Amino acid sequence: MTETILSVRDLTVTFDTRRGPLTAIDRVSFDIHRGEILGVVGESGAGKSVTGSAVIGLIDRPGRISGGEISLRGERIDTLSPEAMRRVRGRRIGMIFQDPLTSLDPLFRVGDQIVETLRAHTELSAKAARTRAIDLLAEVGIPAPERRIDGYPHEFSGGMRQRVVIALALAAEPELIIADEPTTALDVSVQAQIITLLKRLCREHGTAVMLVTHDMGVIAEAADRVAVMYAGRVAEIGPVAAVIAKPHHPYAVGLMGAIPTLSQEADRLSQIPGSMPRLTAIPKGCAFNPRCPKVFSRCRVERPEPILVGASRVACHLYDVTEKAA
Amino acid sequence: MSGYDLDAGDAPPVPLPEVAPSRIARWRDSDLLASFLGSKTAMAALLATVLMVGLAVAAPLVSPQNPYDPAQLDLINSNLPPIWQADGQAPFYLGTDDQGRDVLSAVLYGLRLSLIVGVLGVITSGVLGIALGLVAGYAGGALDTLIMRIADVQLTFPAILIALVVDGVARASFGGALDVGPLIGLIVISIGLSFWVQYARTVRSSVMVEKGKDYVQAARLIGLTPPVILVRHVLPNVTGPVFVIATINLALAIITEATLSFLGTGLPETMPSLGTLIRTGNRFLFSGEWWIVAFPGLALAGLVIAINLLGDWLRDALNPKLQ
Amino acid sequence: MLAFLLRRVMQAAAVLAVVGLIAFSMFRFAGDPVNQIVGPDTPASERAEIRRSLGLDDPVLVQFARYAGDVVRGRLGISYQFRQPVSQLLAERMPATLELAFCATVFALVVGVLMGVYCALRRESWLAGLFQAVSLIGISLPTFLIGILLIYLFSVTLGWLPSYGRGDTVRLGWWTTGFLTWSGLKALILPSITLGLFQMTLIMRLVRAEMLEVLRTDYIRFARARGLSTRAVNLRHALKNTLVPVITIAGLQLGSVIAFSIITETVFQWPGMGLLFVQAVQNVDIPIMSAYLLLVALIFVTINLVVDILYTVVDPRLRLSSARTA
Repeated sequence: MTETILSVRDLTVTFDTRRGPLTAIDRVSFDIHRGEILGVVGESGAGKSVTGSAVIGLIDRPGRISGGEISLRGERIDTLSPEAMRRVRGRRIGMIFQDPLTSLDPLFRVGDQIVETLRAHTELSAKAARTRAIDLLAEVGIPAPERRIDGYPHEFSGGMRQRVVIALALAAEPELIIADEPTTALDVSVQAQIITLLKRLCREHGTAVMLVTHDMGVIAEAADRVAVMYAGRVAEIGPVAAVIAKPHHPYAVGLMGAIPTLSQEADRLSQIPGSMPRLTAIPKGCAFNPRCPKVFSRCRVERPEPILVGASRVACHLYDVTEKAA
Repeated sequence: MSGYDLDAGDAPPVPLPEVAPSRIARWRDSDLLASFLGSKTAMAALLATVLMVGLAVAAPLVSPQNPYDPAQLDLINSNLPPIWQADGQAPFYLGTDDQGRDVLSAVLYGLRLSLIVGVLGVITSGVLGIALGLVAGYAGGALDTLIMRIADVQLTFPAILIALVVDGVARASFGGALDVGPLIGLIVISIGLSFWVQYARTVRSSVMVEKGKDYVQAARLIGLTPPVILVRHVLPNVTGPVFVIATINLALAIITEATLSFLGTGLPETMPSLGTLIRTGNRFLFSGEWWIVAFPGLALAGLVIAINLLGDWLRDALNPKLQ
Repeated sequence: MLAFLLRRVMQAAAVLAVVGLIAFSMFRFAGDPVNQIVGPDTPASERAEIRRSLGLDDPVLVQFARYAGDVVRGRLGISYQFRQPVSQLLAERMPATLELAFCATVFALVVGVLMGVYCALRRESWLAGLFQAVSLIGISLPTFLIGILLIYLFSVTLGWLPSYGRGDTVRLGWWTTGFLTWSGLKALILPSITLGLFQMTLIMRLVRAEMLEVLRTDYIRFARARGLSTRAVNLRHALKNTLVPVITIAGLQLGSVIAFSIITETVFQWPGMGLLFVQAVQNVDIPIMSAYLLLVALIFVTINLVVDILYTVVDPRLRLSSARTA
């Protein structure tokens, strides 16, 4: 088995509001290995992005990590001091945001933004950093990098800007990259290019990736394993091929059914009735129970723990053999 | 997906953009009374405002003296300090000025005048601004351009300058000596002409939005005339913002009147507003009679700060996005 | 860029023309100019003669053209009170006002930006709360009241600073300056604070609100995710982006410092143009009033123009888009 880069155990994120604490992430666990791309999928608000922010230590008040552990190569990082965590960000964990149009500071040349990132984490001289910045731009496929390095973000197209963002995330050769919906804001034609680029770079550098998206197509294309999140919890996690071909959790089953395939007629897409609960009204037991087609009494009282089913881990009472036998 | 980094202390931070209430919903859900009771500052400000307005209204009843009546003044009582100082004398609780005028009475009557001029000024600017806004928004075209250009040009100049110019031109046109009545009218008009722009812009943009809606077309079909449609359908939509502007402008109008009077181009010394009192009292600062200027100054400051706090709270409670 | 500039210059000229029309109307219609020249018992025939010689019987348009011509050549009429050319009076008073406005502006900008940044970055601290309270008072209290309060504290009670006038001034050609003598500098302190306080609170609130907004943007989150130091994020990226919109509004506000100096100059008996204007209003001296109005309009329009140009220099996005339209 390859080396584990990121290990998240029972991560819980709470938002302290005037009406009391809200649990946005509830005991989430997963690992990402060297060179592996873990897709994290779910509806908007399922907690995918908050999980990513928690890993890189950018949960803003009033949110806070209220439980669990996050380890990078076996070293706890959720307990680091702010200054120590700052040195982890960019250096050991890179991040790519959803919207390349707003991710870059509009008032600074892209080259300066890369150089400043490099110099924050390495001992490179200004000149060496600039040379490295040109190399990085070339590596992410920006034509004429020695000229474009002095351009401002608004002079780049959306796809080109996302390439710059990727270059920035990769600048200090991090072990892990968190890509938060990296293609959502892009044209469909550009999406595939960006995914291909991301995949290639991670293979070449051996970087682990946490790919947050609501787009199962992107997951199928890019990820090695996938975690399906629902209402701040992991419903199912396993190899992409297994989860897509044979999902176990009823929510995952519904989600996969919602992807159009060539063999299916477009108007017969199955949909999950209802919508995800608000954080203020997460039901007791399994969070999915009000919408679940296979709900039974136990789902309404007891929260299911993840169980190994085939190659996947599934948080669903349906697969709890011991209980059934009893 | 950064819906969770909401301002601390704002609405509950729900990390799902989809369920964050729309602005309209927030407006509807915002319970004005609850918000009011939740804000100690707003309650204190309201209490102070009500107290001062009450005193101003009741000035003739509670004042020991009528400061406008020269017959009641006695030079024997001049320059008395406040009651808690060695030479203080009842009933001159806050002392007297060089004419023997009771400072407390002068402040109460001055408060009354300042409030009257302020409220009339706000009404004038509001009516003018709303009317011009309705016309500009509904008529469109050249008339709209003309009105809004004037607004733009005027907005580049501070209101006090405009008020001073209007005031000066009117004095030039009518000759020097004006009675107090017309003088108040003149100041009210100066203030009205200085502060109409904000109303006009707000109302105009609202008219532009409403104009295109189906119900206005429908109202036109059933034979309602444009003015009726405007007044009945557009005005109710802008009451919130207009009310906020009016509250904040009340403080500004009071300051403008006080400034005009302080500069000697407002109300005369025979019928002093707070600004006039400060102007005259300022002369005694160096000779040690600080109370002649201090109490009118305190009254003005208290009034303006209380109204401003109310306005701030109202703006936040009605619409957090309103500028 | 050129087209943009040309358009702004034309707008400025239009504003000046409108103000010129108002100034002319005041000059011509507010009170009969003949009455200002002759006594009340001058016979009607002589009045008619004067009217003709002044050109008051010509068509209004001709009179306006003549007035505009005079103004451009600096002939602004004769003051009723002083029996002196208005242009000469204004020139004598201008240095006092400009020096005061300059000091007030510097005070407002430096202190306002510092306090605003502090309040945005340390939102919860007691000092930020104090600044907020001070700003409320500064924005609520009439300027003249603040001036009186300062005089009472620092002149009457403590006796540290003078309460009126410019102190000793030095002549440099036609300019008189208070910057070169100790008493001149001391005399500037209280009026500058009085005049600048309102702008300072405005700038402080603006900087605070704008910076809080900027701190929430994606590019600031991304800058933090890149592991830049807090200092670099706050003072390089956030501050620069904050100041871009602040420049415009602050610049426009600072133009009004000249006009607001009317009040401050009255409180401190500062021998500038504002005091001249107030005396003109009190004494119905129309030539001074209209000339002052024109001059202030000219200053305003110039400042607006300069601010617009500055804005394009600071913000690369505008530089490009205006270059495109050119």
